[in-house]
Amino acid sequence: MARVGFSNDLRNLQDELLVLANMVEKAIARSLDALKNRDLALSEEVVRDDDVIDLKRMELEERCIDLIATQQPLAGDLRVLITVLHMSVELERIGDYAEGIAKISLMMGNEPPLKPLIDIPRMADKATDMLRRSLDSFVNRDVDLAKAVCEDDDEVDALYEQVYRELLTYMMASPAAIQRATFLLWVAHDLERIADRTTNIAEQVIYMVTGDFTQANARVSTY
Amino acid sequence: MATLNLRKPALRSVETREASSPTSQGGDYVMEIKGLNAYYGDLLAIKNINLSMRRNGITAVIGPSGCGKSTLVRCLNRMHELVPGGRIEGSILFNGEDINAPAVDPVELRSTIGMVFQKPNPFPKSIFDNVAFGLRINGYRGDIAEAVERSLRQAALWDEVKDRLKRSALALSGGQQQRLCIARAIAVEPEVILMDEPCSALDPIATLAIEDLIRELRESYTIAIVTHNMQQAARVSDETAFLMVDDDRAGFLVEFDSTERIFTNPSHQQTEAYITGRFS
Repeated sequence: MARVGFSNDLRNLQDELLVLANMVEKAIARSLDALKNRDLALSEEVVRDDDVIDLKRMELEERCIDLIATQQPLAGDLRVLITVLHMSVELERIGDYAEGIAKISLMMGNEPPLKPLIDIPRMADKATDMLRRSLDSFVNRDVDLAKAVCEDDDEVDALYEQVYRELLTYMMASPAAIQRATFLLWVAHDLERIADRTTNIAEQVIYMVTGDFTQANARVSTY
Repeated sequence: MATLNLRKPALRSVETREASSPTSQGGDYVMEIKGLNAYYGDLLAIKNINLSMRRNGITAVIGPSGCGKSTLVRCLNRMHELVPGGRIEGSILFNGEDINAPAVDPVELRSTIGMVFQKPNPFPKSIFDNVAFGLRINGYRGDIAEAVERSLRQAALWDEVKDRLKRSALALSGGQQQRLCIARAIAVEPEVILMDEPCSALDPIATLAIEDLIRELRESYTIAIVTHNMQQAARVSDETAFLMVDDDRAGFLVEFDSTERIFTNPSHQQTEAYITGRFS
């Protein structure tokens, strides 16, 4: 097997991408825990830790650029590198949404939430599950799984719609509830975007495996 | 005379050039290779090659050493038969007609299907005489000075040599010599130019200049380029043929597709392994 060094670099790069993914997944979980438990200290930690995620993304991008410049990758290797580049950007943005949820939680301060959180944690669970499976599809080069992840985005969209309608009802019933309802709506929106970004990751995996953008974009994301 | 539909029984003058541009010849493919086997004596060098070269396209031929890339392009203007024991089976059609038909004059064929070699090989003559050489031996009846200038301009060399046309071609740099050889090949107005690793003896800057030139020449000619440099194939060509060598040491065509596809998503595992450097 020729190009042992390059093959190792490619493998390490993918491992490091999974490290970034793990950091992002934790950020989502912690931002939701902080929101549910009104744990402002934890929210602050999530905001602070986002800088680490940003740095990791930059490190991954630099490594990709370095390998492209020095190794002139082609075909499958090129597709892997382009995919890592895309995924690191998507993951970093997902991290930003988790940070956004933490910031909303800080804005809410010590006020109790408008209503018990039911659909928002469901949205978070679904989006996190999609993220996990999109990463599995990346690791196992599993196109079917990636396609299934893309399909699941509809469920998150439906939950978002449901949350939106419900919060609208609260706002119409009591203008005093508008601010607190808006906070929760923002959280739901961030979760919906996380699912969209995850769909982008799954589409990128389809491209990486098949080399075919038409397959990857068969289902165009709603945003 | 030859039944082959060469563009010019004798060299055309400049005035007729527009009237019979290559695209007016009809047909998408200039060359069609069908079931080609090439031998050196008893040794089968390439086997069962089938591919077609698109008009005004650039076809790159890549593959490991000894896979028959050069042999393949040398068959296209009957240079293979100049090697002792060199013979072929199958057919090679140029504008729909068999180049190996008995009535075809191979010398005339080689002015219509020109060749540029790995190492620049200018004649030990002046720059002007190098380019004029083919015109003179073909009895060109137009203005030779004008044809030389046109060829040198097309080869992107004119500005560098216009003040020293009478100087020896051997005084030029390697990159300039190669462009001179290209000018010499295009002076006789070929339809196809075969290039056998035209940049392998050149430095990176001269290589990029030749690559730019190849892209420009595509407007007027159909080009086949053999190269070991995969980035070069990716940069200059429209379609790429990947040849491999078998256990019997005969080269065969693994894959022929658009260059974009070959270098981003080839269909065959062997192509993928070769172009990503995992070939052993």
